[in-house]
Order: sequence, then structure tokens, then C-alpha cells
Amino acid sequence: MNPLNWMVVLPEIVLLAMACIIAIADLFLTDPARRITFWLTQGTLAAVALLHLDAFNAGQSAFGMQGMVVSDSLGHLLALFACLAVMVTLAYAQPYVGSRDMQKGELYTLSLFSLLGVCVMVSANHFLVVYLGLEVMSLSLYALTALRRDHGQSTEAAMKYFVLGALASGFLLYGLSMMYGATGSLDIQRVFEVIGKGQANQSVLVFGLVFIVAGLGFKFGAAPFHMWVPDVYHGAPTAITLLIAGAPKLAAFGMAMRLLVEGMLGLATDWQQMLVVMALASLCVGNLGAIAQTNLKRLLAYSAIAQIGFVLLALASGVVSGNTLSAGNAYSSALFYMVTYVLTTLGSFGVVMLLSRQGFESEEISDLAGLNQRSPWMAAVMTLFMFSLAGIPPLVGFYAKLSVLQALVTTNVTGYLWLAVIAVLLSLIGAFYYLRVIKVMYFDEPAADARRIHNERGVQALLAVNGAAVLVLGLLPGGLMAMCSTAIVRALAT
Amino acid sequence: MQFVERTPWIASFHIDYHLGIDGIALPLLVLTSIITVLVLIAGWEVIDYKPSQYVAAFLILGGLMNGVFMAQDAILFYVFFEGMLIPMFIIIGVWGGPNRVYATIKFFLYTFLGSVFMLLGLIYLYLKGQSFNLSDMYAMSLTLSEQTWLFFAFLVAFAVKIPMWPVHTWLPDAHVEAPTGGSMVLAAVMLKVGGYGFLRFSLPIAPDASAEYAWVIIALSLIAVVYIGFVALAQEDMKKLIAYSSISHMGFVTLGLFIAFALVLDKNAADMAAVGVQGAMVQMISHGFVSAAMFGAVGVLYDRMHSRMIADYGGVVNRMPWFSAFVVLFAMANCGLPGTSGFVGEWMVILGTVKVNFWLAALAATALIFGAAYNLWMVKRVYFGEVANAQVKALTDIDSREFLMLALLAAAVMWMGLYPKPFTDVMHVSVTQLLQHVAQSKLN
Repeated sequence: MNPLNWMVVLPEIVLLAMACIIAIADLFLTDPARRITFWLTQGTLAAVALLHLDAFNAGQSAFGMQGMVVSDSLGHLLALFACLAVMVTLAYAQPYVGSRDMQKGELYTLSLFSLLGVCVMVSANHFLVVYLGLEVMSLSLYALTALRRDHGQSTEAAMKYFVLGALASGFLLYGLSMMYGATGSLDIQRVFEVIGKGQANQSVLVFGLVFIVAGLGFKFGAAPFHMWVPDVYHGAPTAITLLIAGAPKLAAFGMAMRLLVEGMLGLATDWQQMLVVMALASLCVGNLGAIAQTNLKRLLAYSAIAQIGFVLLALASGVVSGNTLSAGNAYSSALFYMVTYVLTTLGSFGVVMLLSRQGFESEEISDLAGLNQRSPWMAAVMTLFMFSLAGIPPLVGFYAKLSVLQALVTTNVTGYLWLAVIAVLLSLIGAFYYLRVIKVMYFDEPAADARRIHNERGVQALLAVNGAAVLVLGLLPGGLMAMCSTAIVRALAT
Repeated sequence: MQFVERTPWIASFHIDYHLGIDGIALPLLVLTSIITVLVLIAGWEVIDYKPSQYVAAFLILGGLMNGVFMAQDAILFYVFFEGMLIPMFIIIGVWGGPNRVYATIKFFLYTFLGSVFMLLGLIYLYLKGQSFNLSDMYAMSLTLSEQTWLFFAFLVAFAVKIPMWPVHTWLPDAHVEAPTGGSMVLAAVMLKVGGYGFLRFSLPIAPDASAEYAWVIIALSLIAVVYIGFVALAQEDMKKLIAYSSISHMGFVTLGLFIAFALVLDKNAADMAAVGVQGAMVQMISHGFVSAAMFGAVGVLYDRMHSRMIADYGGVVNRMPWFSAFVVLFAMANCGLPGTSGFVGEWMVILGTVKVNFWLAALAATALIFGAAYNLWMVKRVYFGEVANAQVKALTDIDSREFLMLALLAAAVMWMGLYPKPFTDVMHVSVTQLLQHVAQSKLN
């Protein structure tokens, strides 16, 4: 048996310890001193991110906790981006939570705990550890969604999120139990070997697989398990929406990689079919559903569903007629897509948050009217995000779509070529609603009572960096692509 | 290929930042650069809403258009090709006319629809050859069915851009609603990207499919030339009239490009094919200057009267003699009067077409008649006759800024009409080289 090897989980230990310390320290702080909590949190996140970066650069794989967790490039890369996503989210959220009586210790500790869940999930080497991480993350997020206890919409959203999330967790757990029944193990490597040898009962395996994929579908927010996404995105306070829309997507990707690819690559033909169906459904539901939305948060929620469709398409094109040659290519394009999507989402919800004021949620699309006149600069940044989500070059979203399409076409299977055609057609429909947002910002007159917008310098600068990242990564996407493909290649090699 | 710049860009997909200029690109680059300057002159005192953003949008657009004509890497081309949509979308939407939102979204989605299929085609080519480099794509051998798919994927992209009948409907809307500068760039340069795309992608990458389906393009071109000529005749809005005349003129471009197949393969007349293709090129450049001039002239009137309707004018020559002189020159060039640039291209294309089939040529030549009809009729109604109303009476002639803009365009139009040799010389080597590619079957 492997030793405990504490160093493998050092970032997680730091995160857990600091989360507890911040929780206690916060008890002694009065409201005006809450900024200390904020900075402590940011410091912790930065430290954890550095630890992950360091481990990613070292590039070694090691097992810890008696083989329960693994320290590999994929896990560290996902955890690194998750840390950054939470950092950015909390920074964007400052003015928003300050004016809504949400500036509480719980916000920070629960964010840290949800991040802990993400980190555990992406570095799990055991089915139960995946589940454990998932629950840590989800329970924190349920609580965060309900952070404004007296706010009807938020509580409703939290309730929906909780009930559906619990159902999904149940599915996942049930599927895992089937896996255990078929293979006699919950260790990812062991399951992989057993499936590879073909000793397990195929029908039990596939039965379990259906539930696992359904559970994953919930967590991804992919159709037909997408019902919670628009409601929760809409109902949750925008700061929390961003927490839900950012790091957990990376976690879902990590979970898919660990469960499906590392654990059950032998069943790829089965789960790829399911992913293709989910991907197509997501593309349709997301792109068509978004057209009818008037609420910006709901629109972004449908856009999230559509974008996830692309990620699933890439995940589904890894194994072609039993051949795993193009797997690295396909999965790294999925990872690249996910990372760049999270980056863009952070910015677009950031804009929504910055436009909100005391007692005013700027969440209708019409609230953006004439933004170019009220704040040309924010309008320009938001335009970058929208064009990037629509996949227009030279923004980073284009390269994400390019790499996924490339993965699909590379399979050189007629079915996948048609998938690529359908995907581009649906993303063309998708372009319409992104354009509509830009249209409202640039071509419409501002409402009569709208004023010029002034924001805190720091947040403004952060938004600028975020926008610049979307553009610069669009002009020079090579580095991030190489990082993603390194992580995937190393993960597949082990 | 000169002025080559090449550095690895996205290593994992073998995409290079690869620029270069040849005889096909050079005239278009010159056109783009001149038009960008003229557009800024045209908007100088006219645009008062956020002029900094206006100028920024046109400069970004100018850079991207130059990039399109220089890119030697397929993905780089695609990036520039699509990137052009962003500034143009904003230009029409922010500084455009009353129905601008509809027009600009239609413009964007139409073009986007076309180009995504091209992207898939390019990725497929990458799959075959592991390279996005254009010259590698030229050398690659492909089966006829592969070529056919690629040909139609490219056709969708470039036919929308040119635009060819029946996917032209975005153009009149976009032109009418765009600000003067936007219409000028749209007509002068962005339409040429479609023709250029045929030259760079369809012909050399899928030569056999192009030969196989040349009749489709020729038929569509003739429909554009004749039918759209009739449509232009019926317009009451000056900008719409010029927009339709653009479609009709671009029909000559596609006709000249695809008639080459019949000449090379059936008649074995490669030198005649070169004349046809060069005619198409000359037509593109000439139309670039002429259409920019026509739209610029409408802009001059619109700035004064805030109307584009032919019926609101009459007898403008009495108040604006200098301006009217320019307009008559451009109208003549637009209907292909010998001595103006419009003549050279159309004549070369018709010359090539006659060699293939007299009746095709005769059909194409009717465009000259319709061109004269709608241009001269518009000139008659707007510029000649009695002063129509008090507003026309209050018109003042062009100032030095407008004079400069129109005079530069007039000089270009006359120069190309009287002495086109520098243009055809520059193109000749590249066109011959291209035709060698085209003549060589990729089927092994």
C-alpha cells in the first residue's frame, strides 16, 4: 500500500487550515474590519495557487493518502485555475457584496471550502474521494446561494439547487456503487485494469455508467440535466452565480477526466455515445433557449449550457473505433475550451456585478442600454467577452472552438464530421444573442435616468486585465494550449 | 511572393504567422490603403458622435483588411476574414441610418454563416496535410468528392461576401444603413475579399471541382449581371441603386474567374484565360475606386440634404457644378465608358467569354447597356433639369476636403482607364502561375 505522503496534499492542507483560521478570526472582526477577512482570503488563495503552479511546473506524479489522491499535472492545473477563478470572483464581488449586506465571514470561508472541494475532486484517485470532494463543494455552494436569507428569489434558487444537486449526487453515488459491484474496487486504477481485462459484467458496468454520466451531466449543467442552471444563475446573488459558474465547471471537467477517462476508458464507446447526445441537446437547448431571454443572467446561463455542449463534444471524440491516438488532442482541446470559457464568464458576470448598485440589480439586458455612452470602456470589455463567447477571431473563444472542431474533424469519421457541421450551425444561431447584447450596449440609447458609471479603480483595473487576457490569449493562444496539452498528455501517460 | 514574414504562431496546430505579397495581393493592398485614407477624409467633419471610436474602428478595419490580402496561412486568413466583421458591425450599428440594427445583424450573421463552413473545410485540409500553409494546400492531392465538398464550403463563404445572387440580400440593407465611410469600405474592399478568396482558395485548392462546377458560378454570375441590373433600374434610393450595381459588377468578377476553366481545359487557350482572370482582377480594383466614389458622392449630398431618395433631388448641377462634373465622370466609369477604369475590366472579361461562347458574352455585354441605363437615368433625375425644390436651391458646392476626396478617386479612375498596364503587369506573373496550378489536375 502507498504511504500517506503528506506533501502530495500540501495545498489542500494549507487551504483547509486557512479556511478554519479565517472562520475563527472572522468571529472577532466587526463589519468595518471585514476587509481583513477579504485580504486574508486572497492571500490564502494566492499561496495555494502558487503551490499548485509550483507542483505543475515540477511535473511529477505522486500518490498520497494511501493511493486515495494523486498529484499530477492535470489536477494541479485545474486547481490552479480554480484558485484564480475564486480570487477574481471575490475581487469582482467586493462592491457588490458591500452594498448588499453580504460582506460576511461566511462568504469567504464557504468560498474557500467550495474551492477545497474542487481541489479534492480534481486530484482524486478514488471514486469515493471524487464524491467527497463533490459534496464539500456542492454543500458550500448551496449555503452560499442562500446567503441572502431574507431574499425570496435567492432562497428559492438555493432550494432548487439543493434538491436537484442532491438528486444528482444520488445518481452519481448509485452509479459508483454499481461500478463497485462490477469491478470489486473503487480505486480508479484498479477499476481501469478490471475493465481492461474484460472480466467485469458488462451490463452492470453500463448500467452504472448511465447513472454516473447522468450525475456528471447535472454537474456540468448539460441538457437534458440543465433545468437548474437558468434558475440558479438567475436567482443566486450575482457574486455567487459567478462562484457557481467558474471553479465548479473546472471541477466537473476534472471529475469527467478522472471518472470517465482514467477510470473507464475501456467503456469509451458507451459513454461517448451518451456524451454526444448530451452535447447535441445542450447545443440546441442552450443556443435556442438563449434567444428568448431578456434577463442577462439567464442568457449567460443558457450560453453556459451551449458552451458545455462544445466541451462534451471534445470529450466524446477522444476514442475513435477503439483507437486512443487522438485522445490527447481531444481532451486537451476540451480542457482549453473549459479554461477559456471560465475566463470569459468571469469577465461577463463581473460586468453584470459592476453595473449593479445599491438596491439595483443590473441584470436585464435592457439595463445595458447605451453602455457605450455611460462607460465606453466597460462596453468595450463586455464586447470582447461577447465576441469571444460567440467564437469570433481574434479572441480566445475562437481558438477554443477551433481546437474542438479540429478534434472532431481529426477523427475522420463521417458521424463526427456531421457533428462538427451541426455544432457550427448552432453556434451561428448562438452568435445572434451575443450580438444582441452588443447591440443594446452600442446602438441603443441609455435610459433617461441612467448615469455615467464610476467604479473603484482596483476593480476596474481587474476587469481591464480580464478583457486584455481574452484578447491577448486570442492573439497568442500557443502557451495556454501547450499547458493544457502537457497536462492531458501526462495524465494519459500514467 | 515577396515581403515574406513567417514565425510560428500556434505551434500545436502548426499555424504560422505567415504574411507575403504577390501580384494578386498588391493591387488590392494599394486599393485598401488608399480607400482607408479617403474614408477618413470623407468622415472628417461629418462624424460628430464619438469620432475617436469611429476613426479607431476604421483603422482596425484597415489593418485587418490588409491582413486578409497578405495572409499565407489559412487560419491567419480566417482570423483576419472574421475579424473584419467586428469593426464593420460596430460601424454600421453605431453610425448608421434608422434601420441600422437590422442591417448590421443581418450583415454579421450572413457573413458568419458563410465563413464557418470555410473553417470546417480548412480544418479538413489540415487533417489531410498537417499544415495550414496555403502553398502546402495547393500541392495536396485530393479526390474529386473531397474537392467538391471543399469547393462548396468555400463557395458559401465567398459567395456571401462578394455577394453573388441569391445570397446578396444583406448588401443593399448594409449599404443603405451604413455611414458613408462604411459603404465606401464595404463596396470598395470588403466585397473584393470574396473574389480574392476564390483566387486564393477555391481555384488552386479545388481546381477539378472548380472546373466541374464552373457552370454553376457562370450561371449565377450571369443572373447577377442581368437580373440585378434590372433590379438596379427600379431603385428609388441612390445608395440602394449603387449597391445593386455593385452586385452586378461583381458578377463580372466571378464570370472572369470561372470562365478561365472553359478556356484552359476546353479551348486550350491559357493566354486567353489569363486575360479573363486579369480582367476580373482589374474589375475588382476598378470597382473598388468607382463604387467608393459613387458612395462618397451620395455621402456628400446626404450630408447636405439628409436624404438619399432620388425623388428629393433635381437640378443639382445648377447649384453644385464642380460636384456634378465629378459625379458624371464616376457614373460613366460605372457604366463602363472607354477611357475610364470600368471599361478595361469588363472588356477583358467579355473578350475571354466570347472565346468560350458568343451568346454568354452577349448576355454579359447587356450589362453595359443596363449599366448605362440606370446610371444615366439617375444622373438625369438627380443632377440635371430644373432646380427641384428650395432645399436643392440652398445647396452649396463642395469644399476643399470633399474636392480632395473626389479628385483623388477621379485620378485613380482615369489612370486605370487610360493606362492600365502597370496594374496588369503586376498581376501577370502571379496570374499565370495561378493558372498553371488551376490547369493541373489534383486527381492522381
